[in-house]
Parts: sequence; structure tokens; C-alpha cells
Amino acid sequence: MIHSLFLINQAGDIFLEKHWKSVISRSVCDYFFEAKEKAVEPDNVPPVLQTPHHYLISIYRDKLFFLSVIQTEVPPLFVIEFLHRVADTIQDYFGECSESLIKDNVVTVYELLEEMLDNGFPLATESNVLKEMIRPPTILRSVVNTLTGGSNVGDKLPTGQLSSIPWRRAGVKYTNNEAYFDVIEAIDAIVDKSGTTVFAEIQGVIEACVRLTGMPDLTMTFMNPSLLDDVSFHPCVRFKRWESERALSFIPPDGNFTLMNYHVSSQNLVAIPVYVKQNISFFETGPCGRMDITIGPKQTMGKTVEAMMVTIHMPKAVLSANLTATQGNYTYDLANKVLVWDIGKLNPQKLPNLRGSLSLQSGAPKPEDNPSLNIDLKIQQVAISGLKVSRLDMHGEKYKPFKGVKYLTKAGNFQVRT
Amino acid sequence: MTAMQRLLQLPVTAVNMVKTVQSQVQGQEEDKSPVLTPDGVHQAWYSALQPDELRHLRSGAPVTISVSGMNQSIESQEWLRVSTARSTRFQSDATIALQEQGGSTKRIPLLVCELTGLIPVSLTGKEAESCFNWVTDTFGVSGKKAVILIKWVKILHDDLKEMLDSNKDSLKLEAMKRIVAMIARGKNASDLFPAVVKNVACKNIEVKKLVYVYLVRYAEEQQDLALLSISTFQRGLKDPNQLIRASALRVLSSIRVTIIVPIMMLAIKEAASDMSPYVRKTAAHAIPKLYSLDPEQKDQLIEVIEKLLADKTTLVAGSVVMAFEEVCPERIELIHKNYRKLCNLLIDVEEWGQVVIINMLTRYARTQFLNPNMNESLLEEGSDKTFYGSDEDEDEEEEEKEKKAEAPMAKRKPYVMDPDHRLLLRNTKPLLQSRNAAVVMAVAQLYFHLAPKAEIGVIAKALVRLLRSHSEVQYVVLQNVATMSIKRRGMFEPYLKSFYIRSTDPTQIKILKLEVLTNLANETNISTILREFQTYIKSMDKDFVAATIQAIGRCATNIGEVRDTCLNGLVQLLSNRDELVVAESVVVIKKLLQMQPEKHSDIIKHMAKLTDNIQVPMARASILWLIGEYCEHVPKIAPDVLRKMAKSFTNEEDIVKLQIINLAAKLYLTNSKQTKLLTQYVLNLAKYDQNYDIRDRARFIRQLIVPTEKSGALSKYAKKLFLALKPAPVLESPFKDRDHFQLGSLSHLLNAKAGGYQELPDWPEAAPDPSVRNVEVFTLLERVTTLTSVPEWTKCSSREKRKEKKVEKPFYSDSEGESGPTESADSESDSASGSESGSGLEESGSGSESEESEEGSESEEEEEEEKDKKKKKKELKKPVQESESEQSSEEEVRKHERKNKQRKSDSESESDEEEESESESSQSESEDSESEAEVKKKKKVAEPKPPSKPVKKECKKEKKEMSLLDLDDFEPAPSPQATPLNTFLSSSLVNDLEGLSLSDAVLSPATISPSSTLKSYELLHRITGEGLSVEYCFSRQPFPPDGNMVAVQMQFTNNATSDAKNLHMEDVKLQSGMRVKEFTEIELLPAGETATAVMGIDFCDSTQAANFQLCTHTRKFFVSIQPPVGELMRPVFLTENEFKKEQGQLMGMNEISEKLTLDANCRNEHSIVQRVITAANLSRVPCGSDKECRFAGRTVTSSSLVLATVASREEGAAQLTVNCEKMVIGTMLVKDILLALTQ
Repeated sequence: MIHSLFLINQAGDIFLEKHWKSVISRSVCDYFFEAKEKAVEPDNVPPVLQTPHHYLISIYRDKLFFLSVIQTEVPPLFVIEFLHRVADTIQDYFGECSESLIKDNVVTVYELLEEMLDNGFPLATESNVLKEMIRPPTILRSVVNTLTGGSNVGDKLPTGQLSSIPWRRAGVKYTNNEAYFDVIEAIDAIVDKSGTTVFAEIQGVIEACVRLTGMPDLTMTFMNPSLLDDVSFHPCVRFKRWESERALSFIPPDGNFTLMNYHVSSQNLVAIPVYVKQNISFFETGPCGRMDITIGPKQTMGKTVEAMMVTIHMPKAVLSANLTATQGNYTYDLANKVLVWDIGKLNPQKLPNLRGSLSLQSGAPKPEDNPSLNIDLKIQQVAISGLKVSRLDMHGEKYKPFKGVKYLTKAGNFQVRT
Repeated sequence: MTAMQRLLQLPVTAVNMVKTVQSQVQGQEEDKSPVLTPDGVHQAWYSALQPDELRHLRSGAPVTISVSGMNQSIESQEWLRVSTARSTRFQSDATIALQEQGGSTKRIPLLVCELTGLIPVSLTGKEAESCFNWVTDTFGVSGKKAVILIKWVKILHDDLKEMLDSNKDSLKLEAMKRIVAMIARGKNASDLFPAVVKNVACKNIEVKKLVYVYLVRYAEEQQDLALLSISTFQRGLKDPNQLIRASALRVLSSIRVTIIVPIMMLAIKEAASDMSPYVRKTAAHAIPKLYSLDPEQKDQLIEVIEKLLADKTTLVAGSVVMAFEEVCPERIELIHKNYRKLCNLLIDVEEWGQVVIINMLTRYARTQFLNPNMNESLLEEGSDKTFYGSDEDEDEEEEEKEKKAEAPMAKRKPYVMDPDHRLLLRNTKPLLQSRNAAVVMAVAQLYFHLAPKAEIGVIAKALVRLLRSHSEVQYVVLQNVATMSIKRRGMFEPYLKSFYIRSTDPTQIKILKLEVLTNLANETNISTILREFQTYIKSMDKDFVAATIQAIGRCATNIGEVRDTCLNGLVQLLSNRDELVVAESVVVIKKLLQMQPEKHSDIIKHMAKLTDNIQVPMARASILWLIGEYCEHVPKIAPDVLRKMAKSFTNEEDIVKLQIINLAAKLYLTNSKQTKLLTQYVLNLAKYDQNYDIRDRARFIRQLIVPTEKSGALSKYAKKLFLALKPAPVLESPFKDRDHFQLGSLSHLLNAKAGGYQELPDWPEAAPDPSVRNVEVFTLLERVTTLTSVPEWTKCSSREKRKEKKVEKPFYSDSEGESGPTESADSESDSASGSESGSGLEESGSGSESEESEEGSESEEEEEEEKDKKKKKKELKKPVQESESEQSSEEEVRKHERKNKQRKSDSESESDEEEESESESSQSESEDSESEAEVKKKKKVAEPKPPSKPVKKECKKEKKEMSLLDLDDFEPAPSPQATPLNTFLSSSLVNDLEGLSLSDAVLSPATISPSSTLKSYELLHRITGEGLSVEYCFSRQPFPPDGNMVAVQMQFTNNATSDAKNLHMEDVKLQSGMRVKEFTEIELLPAGETATAVMGIDFCDSTQAANFQLCTHTRKFFVSIQPPVGELMRPVFLTENEFKKEQGQLMGMNEISEKLTLDANCRNEHSIVQRVITAANLSRVPCGSDKECRFAGRTVTSSSLVLATVASREEGAAQLTVNCEKMVIGTMLVKDILLALTQ
């Protein structure tokens, strides 16, 4: 299956390599560099490349390329999903997945990779099992380790991989037992020039942070489960119970995890929380253009819209922007031609407005297309679909845990065409 | 001087030294001074090192180095020679030696650096680090410094060696960490092998682990030394701790040293029968490793695989199937016996294993089962065409074809899905909900390749969900969706908008989405799609715009109605400012115009003008070709274009030149008067062109068109040759026919066979013997099944034991003390009972369910004091309580729902229900305890004895339900009730009346009692059912508990020698909306006896099967009931006038009519009626004409009217018309009645 893995930074340096079978020379990456060169944008590098003797499957995450070398037939998604799992694990261990952090913890990363695959086939990918074998570094531990010469490899034998529920480690103990759930919904929408919604849907995710002693068995029920159209679960969720009762029944992993992803059925109309009035025009005569954007609340369920942000990828010809914002600040990144207007809280009484002129490269033809606006926003304490958790019950343990559910709505892929 | 001291001091000296060297060298030519300037400090430094350095260099192994793609191997001898040169000529020698190896001078520093595994991490101390950085920065200048660095690194390695030799674990650890860091950066650390391998037996776990890492990496290169470590692993294989056994096996099998193959083989064999499933899993992992090391071991390995395939734990399943796929994918017969087990375990296997198993089972199913779509394909394709096809002639042809196709189809027996095939589909379906994209994709491809057409739809939603994942996932999924959408367009149509493109998508994703959108386009959605395309054309991403234009072209060719609109749109694009857009449009317009050139001469004119501006060669060539091809339509312009082109001929690209020649030739043939000279001129120019293709073409054309004496007969036909009608190109999706590769595979993605790809076989013509999957070993099965039915108990008791021992270990963790079978049985029971994977651990946690109920908590306190006996009693009770509470809670939920619906609440009915539920639970209780191997006597609650005769039972049931229903009609009857018996059901007067009128109709002699024509189907065969056989028929009786349900009468026959007990059903799996009313449990079915029971199924007016498990006290059988469409309706009485009126309202799309030839035995009215009524549960409608038979009914669930008319003509010709607002039902019914009448 997976033969080797190379971690490559944006500049094209290989800074980590791991081989699970015999060693493959890193020269194999040259094919990848060639493709990378051709693609210009790192996003556009084809994830699967064919070379005379190998296949290269890569992902691009956090400005790093994870490039795996394959020799025989394997489902490409298998590899891609695994590589993302590796990136997730690194992020889980070190807080973020960046070159410098990986370089600082190169031995830990190498050990992790060693445990995650055996002969190229995934062995242990559950973070709870991995953490039992290789402890994630913490400041306290690194201090203790340097003083005592201790190590970050678990001294007990990892029993998690033997259990039939590999996602939960055994013998969890907490003084404060708590279980928090965040219901986060993202609105994906395309709004066209005239303000009509071309396409809108709601993606939801329930992120959980569970710190409970022992082996708790949780059941979560919803007030309106019929809203959920399509769901995918963490492996801990018992599918049967869901099918028969629409209740989530599970023994949770310890710590943070994604309990479930869902999609709200498309029959329900999606409430679009804001409207955008925009006018962007470029003039034929003279190297300039005008821009005028106003944002107002539409259906916000009576809550305030926060963290509003508008991102515009300008045409290449736009040299600079001379704008005034009635609220928030804007920045224009000259190199990437990205205009970001950070608005903050949306005040319904005084609608934020950004207007002014854009100057174009002289001599360049006027851009034909107006750039589309990408909207970011957050609405606290409401799930825009109306989904509500009705209760959370715990069985199997004696203590009373502290439970909490938080709702949040944000903009996902929210695009306004102009 | 210790190594440590050296390490701390040297870098500083080195810095100084190198700096001096640099300052000296700077400004000088490099090759001018290959010899280092004598420098005191420097000399002292490296002469002090020499003995050490030499020693370990001698043990050096061959080193492979790579520089930007070029591999060069330098023999260690060579290297030794280089580095042992002592004098001041050291550096120059090194340089020369390396040059001999083929590296250019500039590369030498790099080569040297690669060679030595030089990395900053192996330095400690800030100074060292900065020093190194500085040196590497100035590296490109001189080879000398690099050589100095070599020395340096050697010291560091010495230092590492010393650290490894020390007694302190912390030092060893530090050294190992540095070494592993070197490996991770791809630096060579092989020269440390002897020092590292000594530590293989180190006590410190982390050191040991890192040593393993090192060993696995370098053992291949240092085979002899690696052998030193083998004994350690062999010892590890015997360790009492399973984790140590497993890890020893893992490392041992990862060492790629051929000499130890026999040892590995032995270890794998032993581990395969280890009692710990984790060790067995490791053994499965080791199999492909050994196979790749020595393929000759294949036969022995297959034996091990065969053994491991029979393993019953989820832990092993994925890994062993992986091994199977790598070692012997062609031995598909090994799967037979394990097929059902794999299907059942699947949901509890870890996600990666699931992917492998599903992919393998897809292949397996393709060899073992019949194509579920073989009957449908003919008919449905036809109807598809009539729906969307544009040409009417085609339709008629289609119809004829259809008829022809029907003849053999009618002969073919109706397709019945193998229950094993069904099992696979059913057990994989929940995995569509997996968070792992690879699993979802695997299930999707399984459904695409294996499921009946009607069921494939479920995967669309899941695939669309994956489109919200990472862009790489999107890329792969879209490729697969593109392939699927060609074959099954309908599946993705509802999700059309999910494929809309955002400006932030990467280009490759945009283009794939465009592909899918184009595939999904049809008459109904084309206008929306084109509107979308319109916005895309304005995008800043030019590649994407070009792809959009091509997509528009494809839509235009595929959908006739929009051809003109598209063409106009594209013509507008011709005035676009971007040349690429214009060029692409020209190319696409050319293709479109070829379809109907006469209409569009003005467009051709317009394009002719463009030749002045467009510079893209392909576009110019396209325009010229167009003008030449249709020069009759533009007689005035064409010669002028040629004139212009002749002028610019020499500056054109080759493809344009070729087209100019073509244009000239065509004009010469059609309009020689005006163009003769021009053509001559062009041909002359071409004659002296640099490109031989063009010279060739010119010569060829001149001979062909200009008649001379030599040219012979051909020139007569020149006109025919050049001006022949050329067929328009077909614009096809590049994803067409990609589905011969298994979807989701690498080969599919690349559209080329990847190494190791296993072809997806075609469906077999006839199904191979299904009995091969029957597992014969009955004793084994029995053990499993008995355990399945009493898993709770087993666990409780084992937990109990542990409690006594005061061991607080989690349940699964310590298998050392446990015997193999118990372990495997535990996990087996988990999955076999279909229970949630966590159920085992519910028990293993310190708290137990008993705490929930009061009784339980009391028992907790008492437990310590109480004696064993009592404990056992408690244990026995527990599972019962659980099930009871579960059931009652379910009951509560249901009640709650019902309450909402209730219009008049009635306490009596509730209490009735409670009674019912109680009795139900007590039943299950008794059943549970009975199955618990009769350890304890069960306390019997008075329960209704199952009636032995069906008639009696039915009466009883009716009575009971009647009272229930009279009091609360929890299902507000949605429709006129059709049959006489369910007059009880009707809640309103109108319904009552209708029911009454109908009962008259039934009594009237015109209708034939359906009961005489019941057809029975097999639910469970005697052999698969191990003696128990079950047949079912649709009794066509009303099912009183619920008017929306179809009554299914089941006949159980016990052919075995022993009694069957507790026949009941479990684990009902239904399509959404469907419901089942289970039959009452049959407590005892003595050997040789027969019993009958009735159950009700609400099929929701679909022919989806109801799947469930039929359970006896020992076994469970997966069965499914799939209704013929005719059973989904109940007769309804209509008068002739009503019939005509209703029929008038169900015209158009709702009417389906077919011509047919009646079977010879079926030409009189009576037999027609007989046959139709057998095929469908309809009642006859009186009719004036004896040439026509009319039938009416309503679908059971939605009460949609179904009307059927058979009008007979001369000589057995007849026409069948079905009117039904549910078109699917209508089509299927037509098919069924057609079959009934023609056979």
C-alpha cells in the first residue's frame, strides 16, 4: 500500500521522509516538483500523479505537501484520507501542523508514523491509542523530561489497540467530569448579482469535548431529528440506535472529537442571515473602477451577527484600492490581490459600507468580470437550521457529569456573485 | 580528549578555521588552489582525528547518493581512498576522486554532504548549530570546506557511538533520538549500525523502540550485523505479554533479510494460532511482508491466510483480507466459507479494514451472483428513451425493439436475488454514514457495481456529502461521480446544485464539476445549467472558461432544443476581448456548425472576419476549415479569405498552413475561375516549405486537383474526395466507459491499469452454486449461536469472576489469562448479534447497568455478602431487565407518538397496550432465559399460548385488535377501505359506506375470489434453514391492525429431527417509511409439523424488500420479503361511469399502454380476468363491451387509484392500458400483467 511518505514545504524542500518498505530515493519527488511547477497554485497540483515506476498521491495541508509513494493499485481515497489523518494527528499533538513544529518534534513525528502504518497498511490511527503509546509533548512534561531524563514514550504497554472500542483509552480519570458539545452550522450559499439565492444549504457538525471518568455511555437526543437529512458519524456512534430511534448513542472517545457531521435536508428553506448590496464597476476610460458595498441583516433569528468579514479576490489588473469603510478596516494584499474587509459586529441601525475607487494597471484592459465576494460571519447561540439537542443522558457511571451544549452559526462557503 | 569535549570545542575552532579559509579563498579561482593553505589550527584539528576516523570508515558500507534525480553509487573503497589520503593533498584527492565518479566540480560539495549524512541536528549547542549553518550557506564556493565538514561529522558520529556505548539510558536515548532525526531527514546513518544494534535488548522502552526503527531501516543494508538482533526477537515471540509478542513479530517481519525467511515463516505460523487476536492481526500484517521478500513462500502463506480468514474477530478480519489481496487475490474460493461472516463482521471492523474488505467483496460478488439488472435493463432503457428522446422515428424503432426484447425476456424466469447478495448490500449500507471518505467511496462503488438499479440512488447523497471534504477528496470523488453520472444520470439530478462552481474552487475541481454538470444536463434542467455556465464564462480563470465553452458545445450537441441558443451565445463570445476565449469558441462553433451548416452561413461570415484578429493557430485552422468546407454558402467571402491567407502564408503555424492548402484546393474545385491563380501561388509556397508534411500535402493536392496527363483517374474524383459530406464529430465525455474499471480504484482515476489491479469480472451467466457459502461445521456454529443468544450472561459471569479476584483491569485488555475461544467468542457475539460495537464495554466498565434500576443497586450492596447462588440468579435476571426496560422505553416512545395523533384519548386502550407490551416483554424474557441453556427455571408469566391453527389465531387477533382499534384509531384511515372484513377499521361514515358498497361488489359473482389464486414464495429453504423451511404468500386479506399494511401469510415447516422453538423475527431493516407488524412468536414447532402465522408489512407502495432476521432458539436467518407490485394494491369497486371518469383524469404521463399478443390459452374473457387478478390484487369493473375487461384497485399505502384495461382484438392481439398516478407502480404493473397474459 503506502510505500513512503515525504513531507515537503512550499519552497520544495523535503524535510522529512519515512519509508515503510525498502527505501525509495527521494529523487522520485522530482516528478512531483515538475507538476507543482506546472500547476502554479499549490491547490492545483493533481493529487494523483503517475510516474514510470510509482504513483504519487499527495495532499496539501497548512502549506505543506504530504506526498506518498505507491507502487500498486490502492483506492486513492484510502491514501488521501490516511494522509489527512496523519496531518490531523500532527495537529492534535502539537497544536498546529507546520514545518517548524514538525522539525522541532521530528522524532515524535517519526515515531507516530511508525505506529500509524505497518508495512504500508494503517495500524493505529485513533488518537486515543496513539497517545497511549506516544505521549504528546506538553511544556510541563518537557521540563520534567529534561530534568529526569524521562521520555515521551508511554511506559505502560498500550492496551487501547486490543480493545473493541479502540477510540477510548482505558482507565480515564477526572476530578471534574464534564461533557461539552458544540453544534456548529455553516451556511454554504451562492447568491447571484440580483440578490437571489442560487444555492444554499446548511452543513452542521457536532464537536465534542468529553472528559468523563470510566466508561460512560452517552445518549443524545434531538428535539427535531427530522431536520437531519444526511449524517456521518464518528465510529463510536451506534448506527442501529440512530436508525430506529434517531438518538445518538455512543461511548465517547476521551477528549476532543467530532461526533457527527450532518446536512440539513434541502427541503427546508435556508435562512440567509445577511444581504449584500454591492456595486463594483470598472470604467473603460481611465485606469480606475468604483466599488460600493453595503451589508445588512436579513434573517438573523434575533441575534447579532458577529465577526463579519468580506474577502474579495480582485482581478490581477487592480493595483490598489482607495476606499473608506464606515465600520471596520480593510486591507489590500498587493501580492495576492486580495481585499479583506474586517467589519466585526453588524449593527442593524447603521449598516456598514465600504466605498471608494480602485486603480488599475495602466494599459491593461478592463477586467470583464467582477470579482465575487466571500462572506464570513458568526452568530452565537443559534443553530440556523433550528436544530436543538433535547437531552443528554449518561449510563454506566455513577457520578453526575457537567453537561453543556453550545450553538454557533457561521458562514461556510458563502459567495456573492457580482 | 573525550568525544564530548571534542564536540563542545571543535565547532568553534572549525568556525574560525573555515572562516580563515574562506577569507583566503575569496576572490581566488576555485581550481587554482585545491590544496588547503597550511594552517596550524586546522592541521592540528584533523590530524588529531585521523585514527578514529579511519577505523570506522573501514567498516563503511556502499553508499547511495542522489543529486537531483541522478543516482550515483560510490563504492566504499573509493571513498576510503579519498578520505584516507593523509597529507595536505587530502582535499584535492577527494575532489579528484569524486570527479572520477562523474560529478561536476560544482556538485562535489553536495555529493559529499549527501554522502556523510551531514545534518545540523547531530550537533549540540548553539554555536555548533550556527557554525554549521554558516558553512552550508557558503557551501557552493569550494569543495574544501565540505571535506572539512566531513571530518566534523565523523567526530559527531563517534560521539554518538560513545553515547550509545554508555551505561546511562538517557545518553543512549539522546543518541538514538539524534540518529532517528537523521534518518527522518533522509541522511545516512548506516555506519552506526554496530553501535546501535547492541542496544536492541535495552531495557528502556523508548530506546528499544528507536533501535527497532533504526534496525528496520538499515537491516537490509547490513544483513550480517542484523542477524545479531534476531535472537532478541525470537525471545520476544515467546513473551507472556501479547503486546511484546506482537511487536517482536512486527519488527522481525519488517527486517528485510532473506536469510531469516524460514524463521519468519515459523514465527508467522505460530502467531497465526496465537490466542491473542492482536498477535494474530500482526501475523496477518506480516504475511505480505514475507511474501514480498520471498514470493516462493506463497503456498505456505496461503495456508496461513486460509486459517486466519476463518478467524472470527473484527481485529483480524481487515488485516487478513489485506494479506489475501496482496498474496493471492485470485484464490477467490477461499472466501466462500467466510463470506457471510465477513459481511456480518464488517460494521465493526476498523475503517481501513472495511475499505479493503468491501473492495474484495465487490469482486467476489461479481463472480458469484447474477446481475440484478438483467431483466430491467431492456425495458427501462426503452422507457428512458421515450421520455427524453427527441426523434419520433427513433421511438417507434425503440418500441419495436422493445417488443422483440420482450419475447426472450418473458421466457427468462424472474430474477430473484440471492440472499447472500442481499446480505452484502444490506450490511454495507450503514457504512455510507462513515466519517471516512474511503469507506463511503468503497460502499458507493459496491452499490454501483452490484445493486439493483432501483437501489443505487442511496449512494448519491453520501457522495455529495464527500464534496464538502478536502479538495483532494473532492477531486477523487468527482472523478467517480463523473463516471457514474454518465450511466445513471437520474441518480445525481436532485443534487445538481451541489455541483455548482465557486470562484474559490481550484481549477481542477472546477473542470470536474463542469464535467458532471454537463453529464447531468437534459431538457428540463438545461436552461438553469446554461444560466450557470453564463456566469462561469466571465471567470478570471481562463482554463476554466475554455472548459466551460467546451461544455456548452457538448450540451448543444446532446440536446437539440438548445443548439441554437448555445450557438448564438458562443457567437457572442467571438467578440470577447480574451483571445483564448474566442479561440476556444471558434473550435466549438466549428463542431456545432458541422451539424447543420446551411442554417448558419451568417455565422460563417462572421467568423471569416475574425481571421484578421485571431492569432491562436487552432482557431485559425478551424475557421479556414469551415470556410473551405462550406464555401458554397459564402461564395463571395471565401476567395477573399484565401487571398489574405496566401499573403500571410509563410508566417503561419503548420496546422494553419495545412488548412490554407485545403481551403485553396476546395475553392479551386468549386470556383476555379476566381481562385486558380491564388491556388497555384499557395501551392508553390508550400512546395518550398520547411515542413515536409506541408510539402507532401502540396504535392499530393496539386496532382489531385490540377488535371494533367499523368494524374490519371483520380483527379476525376477530386471533388468527391474533397467535398464529401463529413459526419459531425460526436462530443463525448472523457469519462465514458470508464466504468469498466472498478470505481474508486487508482486505475479508474488514471484510466489505465495500475500494477496489481484486479479486473472486475463480468456477471456470470448462471449463478454458481450458492451452497458453497453454507458453513458446514455445525458444532462450531452452534457454539457461536448459543453464545450469541447469551452474550450478556457469559460476560456477566466472567466479570463476576474478576470481581472476586479484585482485578480492576478492563475487560479486553488482559487476554493472557483467558483462553482463545472465549475471546474470539466475545467479539463474535458483539457483532453477530448485530449489537453496537460498544456493548462489550458497557459491561466492562466498573459501573454496571444494574445500578440504573433500584433492584440493581440494592444488589450491588448485597452482592458482597450474598452467596454465589444468589449472585447467579441476579446475573440471570439482569439481561432480562435490560431488555424489558429497553422495550418498554421504546413502547413509551411509540405511545408518545400515538398520543399526539389520538383524537380521543382513552385510558382503556392504553392499559391494553401496556398489557400487550408487558406480555411481549415477558415473552422475550422467557425466551431469553430459555436460551440461557436452561440453567435456571424461568418464572412464567401467564401468556397466551400460540394457537396451533391459523384460523383460530386470526380470529383471536382480530378480536383483540378490534377492540383496540374501535377505541382509538391511531392511524386515521386515509382512504376508502376496500375489502369487506375491514369495515371495523373505518372511522367515518363515508368510509363505512364505501366499504359496504365494496363488500357487495366482492360478493357479486362478477369478481373472482382471489383466494384461489394465491401464489406462494419461498422465504427460507429447507437446506439453508437447517431443516426449517418457510414459505409465504400474500393472502390478500385485509390486515386489521393497520389498513396500510399488506398481510403476508407465512407457513413454517419443520423438516428437521428436532423441535424448533421460539420462532420470531428480529432486526427488521426497512427502507424509510416502511413499517412491519411482526407475527406473534411461535413457541414450539415440533419436528415434522407445520404452523402458520400472519404478519403485516407496509411497503409504502414500493417494491423494496423488507429484510429481517428469522430467529429460532438457536439460529438466525437473514430473509427478505419482496412484494410483486400487484400485491401492493387492494381491489376497489367502481361503476363503469366512475371508471371512465377516473380514467379520464389519469391520462398522459399517468397512462401506460402496451400492445400484446395473448397467449393461446388465454383468449377468452374468463381466463383473462383470471390471469390479471392473479397477477394483481384488483377487482373487476363491470363493462358493457365483452371485448374489454376493466379492473380497479387502490394502492395500499397511498390509496392511489390503479386502473387496468385489457381490450382484446382479433387473433389474440390485445392492448393493455394501465392508469395510475404512481408511474413507477404503473410501469411495473404493466410489465407484470403483460407477463401473465402472454405466458
